[in-house]
Amino acid sequence: MKGWQQFWRQLSLFGLLALALTGCGKDELSTLKPSGPVAAMQYDLMKLSSAIMIGVFIVVMLIFTYVLIRYRKRPGQQGIPKQVEGNHALEILWTVIPFLLLIVMAVPTVTTGFELHKSYSKEEALQVKVTAHQFWWEFEYPDLGVSTAQDLVIPVGKKVQFTVTSADVMHAFWIPALGGKIDTNPGQENKIWLQADKTGTFYGKCAELCGASHALMDFKVEVMDQAAFDSWTNGMKGIQSAEPAVATSASAAQGQEIFNKSCLGCHAVAGKGGKMGPNLTNFADRERVAGILAHTPENVAEWLKDPQKVKPGNNMPNLNLDDTQVKALVDYLQTLSVK
Amino acid sequence: MSAHASHAPKRSGLWDWLTTVDHKKIAILYLIAGGIFFLAGGFEALLIRLQLMYPESSVVGAKTFNELITMHGTTMIFLAAMPIIFALMNAVVPLQIGARDVAFPFVNSLGFWLFFFGGVLLNTSWFLGGAPDAGWTSYTTLALNQFSGHGVDFYVLGLQIAGLGTLIGGINFLVTIINMRAPGMTFMRMPMFTWASFVTSGLILFAFPAITVGLVLLMFDRLFGGNFFNPDAGGNVVIWEHIFWIFGHPEVYILILPAFGVISEVISTFARKRLFGYSSMVFATALIGFLGFMVWAHHMFTTGLGAIANTLFGLATMLIAVPTGIKIFNWLLTMWGGQIRFTTANLWAVGFIPTFTIGGMTGVMLAIPPADYQYHDSYFVVAHFHYVIVGGLVFGLFSGLYYWWPKMFGKLLNETLGKWNFWTFFIGFHLTFFPQHFLGLMGMPRRVFTYLKDQNLDLGNFISTIGAFGMTIGTILFVVNIFVTAASSKRAPADPWDGRSLEWAIPSPPPEYNFAQTPLVRGLDAFWIEKVAGNKGMTPAEPLGDIHMPSPSFLPFLMSVGLFIAGYGFMYHNYVVVVIGLLVTFACMFTRSVKDDPGYHIHEDEIEEKGVKA
Repeated sequence: MKGWQQFWRQLSLFGLLALALTGCGKDELSTLKPSGPVAAMQYDLMKLSSAIMIGVFIVVMLIFTYVLIRYRKRPGQQGIPKQVEGNHALEILWTVIPFLLLIVMAVPTVTTGFELHKSYSKEEALQVKVTAHQFWWEFEYPDLGVSTAQDLVIPVGKKVQFTVTSADVMHAFWIPALGGKIDTNPGQENKIWLQADKTGTFYGKCAELCGASHALMDFKVEVMDQAAFDSWTNGMKGIQSAEPAVATSASAAQGQEIFNKSCLGCHAVAGKGGKMGPNLTNFADRERVAGILAHTPENVAEWLKDPQKVKPGNNMPNLNLDDTQVKALVDYLQTLSVK
Repeated sequence: MSAHASHAPKRSGLWDWLTTVDHKKIAILYLIAGGIFFLAGGFEALLIRLQLMYPESSVVGAKTFNELITMHGTTMIFLAAMPIIFALMNAVVPLQIGARDVAFPFVNSLGFWLFFFGGVLLNTSWFLGGAPDAGWTSYTTLALNQFSGHGVDFYVLGLQIAGLGTLIGGINFLVTIINMRAPGMTFMRMPMFTWASFVTSGLILFAFPAITVGLVLLMFDRLFGGNFFNPDAGGNVVIWEHIFWIFGHPEVYILILPAFGVISEVISTFARKRLFGYSSMVFATALIGFLGFMVWAHHMFTTGLGAIANTLFGLATMLIAVPTGIKIFNWLLTMWGGQIRFTTANLWAVGFIPTFTIGGMTGVMLAIPPADYQYHDSYFVVAHFHYVIVGGLVFGLFSGLYYWWPKMFGKLLNETLGKWNFWTFFIGFHLTFFPQHFLGLMGMPRRVFTYLKDQNLDLGNFISTIGAFGMTIGTILFVVNIFVTAASSKRAPADPWDGRSLEWAIPSPPPEYNFAQTPLVRGLDAFWIEKVAGNKGMTPAEPLGDIHMPSPSFLPFLMSVGLFIAGYGFMYHNYVVVVIGLLVTFACMFTRSVKDDPGYHIHEDEIEEKGVKA
């Protein structure tokens, strides 16, 4: 009976597996819903290898189930079973078959492996330099003269060649739906190319334990059509070469004053400011606050009041702002847009 | 020889345990200490799962969570799994090869106490300003002073001390198995568990020096301002990964091979058949041991080693599926044509087969580098290695414990409780870890203390946590079983399972000298051969005579305490304490070197009085 119980359990596990592999998870996040050629090639390898493995598992389970039912000890059974030393033919068989299966998997492994490791020049692909920090992402477009943070903006249908590194500890750059993943090693540069085949917002993650807020080191990938991307770049370029615009409303102007006094040392806006923290030039256009919170004035305020509460262990000090200062800053930050 | 004392120094109670050099008692010490650390690591795991039960929950904070995952991994690998393996090896290997003792009883005891004090040192971090929080892999630069707390110092020093214990334990078993086999016990007649222990000990010999070197370098970086791993000063972070995994990958096989050994013993005993394809099993074990050293970089596919390195290491890794497959099919064919009894020990062994097969399959999938770029550092990996380490090793250990408990303690564990233990743990296990494959594929990175809503990760995590409760219940039932068994007065017979190897030829528990007369081995499954031939026991290979025994000693305990004290001295930069601690250790080493201790004899008439025959 135990054999049957096990059989049904395994069968239901299979059901789950089949169900899951036919597609589940969130479109913007799941590796099972590839939205670009890299993720698609990887997904093909996953399907091939899991199909072979499930085949092997079925064979093992058939023998397993048969053996457990057929050869369980029955009451009143007498005598000693025949002691079998082995069987050369069988042993060779189950050595050779796995070899053949491995060769089937090895061929696409090699070809895809080299395909994914190609490095594309600036004529062939958009170049983006990624620097990981505790706990945010910096994106530079060296050929466009633009930099941003937290929200990566790329054009649809075009290869993007990333050069990644880290400013502090090891992180890993991962956009599951577009393909994955590469470590960002301090003191070294790694390369990975990705491409998005449809517009929209994809989720990016840090995959390597990097400290207290590792779990919160998310970013977003905005995929636009080429025209929108060009207009975004132009907007960014225009601002980054200019002086920061003077805020219009009174509250925002007060916020700008606070910002220039307390924040500009670490954060850049337009062409001015430090590089310790994320570049805030297009802050108001971003999908999320700090990569995780919905982009609402309340959440911006929450972050400003106590950054440690939102992202434990991050490097932004608590500025001990009072409520009016916070509100003024929020108003100012909401004006930082290139759209 | 006349200088030898003729009687055992009388020792009792705690003093007996602190000074024992008897491998069977050391086995029990390993089991108790490893068991307690297993419960601690399990408790940490439960807190991890509670925190992840719902999105954005705050059962424990972010920093505490990182401490929990670090300590869970470190504790389970170094302080729970390894010692319990050593418990079984100590309890069984000398008996299986027909030896009176291990080769170096004193070193055996030292190995235990070093592991014990290293583990205690590591765990005191919880009370002394925070546990290590850089992951059990302690990747630099996160594990350097600038980015992590004092906890990592505990990791660095605790593991050095515990690792020394493991290393000398491994050397001891290599020598024991090579030198102490009974007449007729050729290598190709050794039981599979002994073979597995042999290969494992060889892996320990080559793998542990690597982690020791790594830990020393990291210690210099952290305590003395070295710059081996600091890129700002010309150090290299990837070197740490290489050093760690050139130990860490063989470590996986150090863990799993003994489990393979247990499964081979249990399945053949309860199917009443000799192991199918014994020689190919031996070959597979050795091959897995060898390949284990060739594939460490598959933990580093995303580090940026390049296409050529990744592809070569990927293909080499896939090859391990071949010997592992040989094993799986040999076990199935061992049961073929047998008379399978579903005792608790065998339930664990039978449950091991599909579970470990799943772990092995995902292992092959992970060996494909381009696909691994998606799996790496995601919950898919978490699911994979728990299928291998829990579904493989822990199932194997439970199987071995139920199987050899009567030999170790003279009492049979309760079968009813045992079956409840198995089913709750087995179902809980699959419920916990099966959904994690999909969580990983759906984009959940590992080692995250929380996940946001609306990412479709809620259900999988919820089921996973429910499963963890099942495993907890199973574990509690096992502890209950131990107490119920201890309270019962029923004694186990010498050979409760109709066993096949030598350990079942002597009483349960065995006398301190194991075999009154060294047995003569006439083939594989030595005891089974005698039983089938109609003999009552083993044919002795020597006449009954005085048995030489090693003296108990308090020195191993003291030596370990010395290093324990020195460890704190290093961590708090108090070099007076360092010197005191090291002096204690060196004084013990000096004493051991100059004091002549020839041991003692158990006389022939004493053996006969007790009525114990081989």
